[in-house]
Amino acid sequence: MLLVNRYRPMMLILSIMAIASLLVTSPAFSASEKKPFKIGGIFAVTGPASFLGDPEKKSMELVVEQINAAGGIDGHMLEAVIYDTEGDPSKAVMGVSKLINKDNVIAIIGPSRTPTTLAVMPMIQKAKIPFISCAAGNKIVAPIDPWVFKTAQSDILAVAAIYENLKAKNTKKIGIISVGNAFGESGKEQLIAQAAGSGLAVTKSETYGAKDTDMTAQLTKIRQDNPEAIVCWGTNPGPAVLAKNIQQLGLDIPLYQSHGVASPKFIELAGSAAEGIMLPTGKILVAGLLPDSDPQKEVLNVYISEYEKKYATSVSGFGGYAYDAVKILAAALKNSNGDKEKIREAIENTKNHVGVSGIFNFSKTDHNGLSPEAFVMVKIKDGTWELLK
Amino acid sequence: MELIPWPELHAMDQSIMQEILQYLFSGITNGAIYAVIAIGFSMLYNSTDLINFAHGEFVMLGSLCMVTFFGSMHLPLVPAIILTIICVAIAGLVFERLAIRSVKHPEPIVLIIITVGASIFLRGLGMIIWGKDAYSIPSFSSHPPLDIAGAKLLSQSIWIIVIFLVASVGLQLFYKKTLTGKAMEANAISKRAAWIVGIPSKLMVMLAFGLSTAMGGLAGVIIAPITMSSYDMGTMLGLKGFCAAMLGGLGSLWGALIGGFLLGILEALGVGFVSSGLKDATAFVLLLFILYVRPGGIISSADANRF
Amino acid sequence: MNNHQTRNRICYAVFSLLIILAGYTIENPYYIQVLTFIGINTLLALGLNMLMGYAGQISLGHAAFFGIGAYGTAILTVHYNLSPWLALPAAIAAAMIVAYIVGIPTLKLSGYYLGMGTLGFGMIVNILFREWSSVTGGASGFIGIPTLELGPVSFSSGRNYFFLVWGFVLTSFIICQRIIDSRIGRALRAIHDGEKAASAVGVDTRKLKLQVFVLSAAFSALAGFLYAHLVFFISPGTFSFIASIRMVTMVVIGGMASIWGSLLGASLLTLLPEWLHAFSEFEMVVYGLILMIVMIFLPRGLTRGLLDIYERANKKNDH
Repeated sequence: MLLVNRYRPMMLILSIMAIASLLVTSPAFSASEKKPFKIGGIFAVTGPASFLGDPEKKSMELVVEQINAAGGIDGHMLEAVIYDTEGDPSKAVMGVSKLINKDNVIAIIGPSRTPTTLAVMPMIQKAKIPFISCAAGNKIVAPIDPWVFKTAQSDILAVAAIYENLKAKNTKKIGIISVGNAFGESGKEQLIAQAAGSGLAVTKSETYGAKDTDMTAQLTKIRQDNPEAIVCWGTNPGPAVLAKNIQQLGLDIPLYQSHGVASPKFIELAGSAAEGIMLPTGKILVAGLLPDSDPQKEVLNVYISEYEKKYATSVSGFGGYAYDAVKILAAALKNSNGDKEKIREAIENTKNHVGVSGIFNFSKTDHNGLSPEAFVMVKIKDGTWELLK
Repeated sequence: MELIPWPELHAMDQSIMQEILQYLFSGITNGAIYAVIAIGFSMLYNSTDLINFAHGEFVMLGSLCMVTFFGSMHLPLVPAIILTIICVAIAGLVFERLAIRSVKHPEPIVLIIITVGASIFLRGLGMIIWGKDAYSIPSFSSHPPLDIAGAKLLSQSIWIIVIFLVASVGLQLFYKKTLTGKAMEANAISKRAAWIVGIPSKLMVMLAFGLSTAMGGLAGVIIAPITMSSYDMGTMLGLKGFCAAMLGGLGSLWGALIGGFLLGILEALGVGFVSSGLKDATAFVLLLFILYVRPGGIISSADANRF
Repeated sequence: MNNHQTRNRICYAVFSLLIILAGYTIENPYYIQVLTFIGINTLLALGLNMLMGYAGQISLGHAAFFGIGAYGTAILTVHYNLSPWLALPAAIAAAMIVAYIVGIPTLKLSGYYLGMGTLGFGMIVNILFREWSSVTGGASGFIGIPTLELGPVSFSSGRNYFFLVWGFVLTSFIICQRIIDSRIGRALRAIHDGEKAASAVGVDTRKLKLQVFVLSAAFSALAGFLYAHLVFFISPGTFSFIASIRMVTMVVIGGMASIWGSLLGASLLTLLPEWLHAFSEFEMVVYGLILMIVMIFLPRGLTRGLLDIYERANKKNDH
């Protein structure tokens, strides 16, 4: 029965496909006299990493709006084209391809996550287009690709900050618990790799699922070796569950978290269990506590007030990655006339750029450009942050 | 092999016992959650031969409604719970009326896609209503954890187990003692026969849907204080609950209970003695094992689909 | 029968012409890439359609085979420096062997139980991709997958890859068409309509189901191979439960038991997110609604559903 009609379905489908392809391939020419600079953004605006992508998108729109209000760059307006990856590498690849080939952007900001960044990097290399990632993983800039930069602090620096604190307290044994995704895995690798250098022994390294409801089993296992500190590597909400579990089990062990939870949301989620937790964070969380002499203070205050005025939500450190990226790119666009090689060189030669996430000094051998001072250690006390030393 | 002096051996024994006890408590807490979700699956399958892939999303709805009623609006505990369950049950009824009942040819594959579509829809709806953030609410009571032989049983775990027991005894009484419950069971055994003796089959299916999603909502309510609620929390919970239901025997209330607790406890022991990275695999390895060895589940119903 | 064969030949000739035409006239690499993704998804849908549409066996874990194909070639080419063209048969063979071993106990199940068995299998394989990090690169993903090359021809350009993928699609279509038109195809449809009846008239249902399962795994692995060498990066998320569900959706929306339906389903599901982009926050809601509405009103998929509407309209005109 189905066989007889095969001719017709085929024609039907082919005609649908033809219409569909016409729809897709319809040329989108928009010849304008001003010739704005088109820059692409690609963030995990929805999906599990939306806590990164959403503020990143907002921050990018914020800077672009400001630059245009101030008359653009060399008379060129900025035009931002932003796509959503949903945190999915395939979607990121499609999005970047669209930015490069259809929208003809001259530079790309994002993606938000390490796997999506790694997935689009081969295309960036081929297209030779300036690219500033907002993801944490160190694999993005090691080995160095001439076209690839990133503004988010590497987990190397975060681990170093924690270990420095532990070393000062003469800690010898730690237990690790990390989330079972790229962020947790990369953090775990760094924690284990740097441990010996700081005189630390990792007694147990456990993982938890991003959506786990209870981690007392993992904690019970970690507790066996009586570690002097527990380091947790994950993003909200998992670490908050862990903090609660530690409190409930009555474990009297100092808990360190990663910069992945560095937002007021974490304190809200963990409640009283957040007390005493220490973590490395960009200075944005403690902008108000910084001494006036701090070079970043002014930039931070401007960003915080602008962001909170425009979006009426509290700011997080994550949007800062995109804020810095667009600012650095905008500076590089000056006198470039849209030439990609010139932009790339200008980014690579960026020196002493005071940003939200730190002070950037890019060079041929460093495409992240941040020093350990980008992180400060904070402790949660009375439901707010307290600057450590 | 070295001989371990007696007192030390004794101490080691004790610490291992304490550890195992702690794993058991962890397992029981998670197990009770899986069991409540599994009951929802089983009840629905019993009455309608349908597996609702959106069930995890109803758990999410329950959890987030609880955040709104109990966390933000500060309603007292019991009204908040009741209101949440009513809301989720209504959502379930609407889903049944608009989507499931409109299906002309209820083949499993069509129903699977429709419920998967519903789960995506509900997740999207949750994201629009509650945003992308996670929320937490305080425990139902602020007792310190119970200390039993050195292992801690969280107060919320006790709440979970008590609420779970009340719900399952309530359901059992409903099925066995009330006319409506008996009618539902009759309808589950044979729609046609039930129809002949005058049981409104459509109403029974709707009721089953309402009850099942209400159980999903209840699961959401009890886990809201121990975990963080967000729009995307449902999928994994739904799948785990599903494994529990299969493990115990799809369609059986007590099967769901046994399956849930077994899964929870084995997961916790797996973390303790195998690897925490493979924790999520436990559920699915068990699922395959039971399907291959005894596809009807531990409490085997007569008509396991296998030949 | 002869008539039917001629028609088929015309169909495939038109189809190949369209591929060549598209490949040479479309200039923008982005559209070429979208069409290449559609080709890969078509292979996925086609394999699963053989299993679901023709043999009537559901699988909610087919992304596992997609992953085995991708990880297979990634591991062999990067860790063992094997040529991708040797890795291709190896990866496909690996998927087929796994399918055979898993298929023996799993295909004894039916209905929801079969769905669950395959779902569990898919989840376990995905967890292995994530946890076996020394081999698979773990959750961070696998980088550095090489470009395909065949003698002087490099498949690094979008156009060459487009032709490679669609060449595989066309070959697969013809293979599947042959199978469907053969004795095996008739036996398969007998299983679909009623397994017990089929075995009563002498069809070895167990063997046949297993064969189709293995075949569909091979198509998925081929798609995985093509995906890995297109994107050069793979991570476990691409082969998750959601991916399996997407594959099933392609088959069901496009139309079960229809080769062209696989093409339609794959095209729609690849393009739909592009179109839904405009809805931003509401994207998920709209996507879910579309799935539900299509299944409620056109439970046999768009191909059959639209044809039914068309035929009904024709009948009215005749009266």
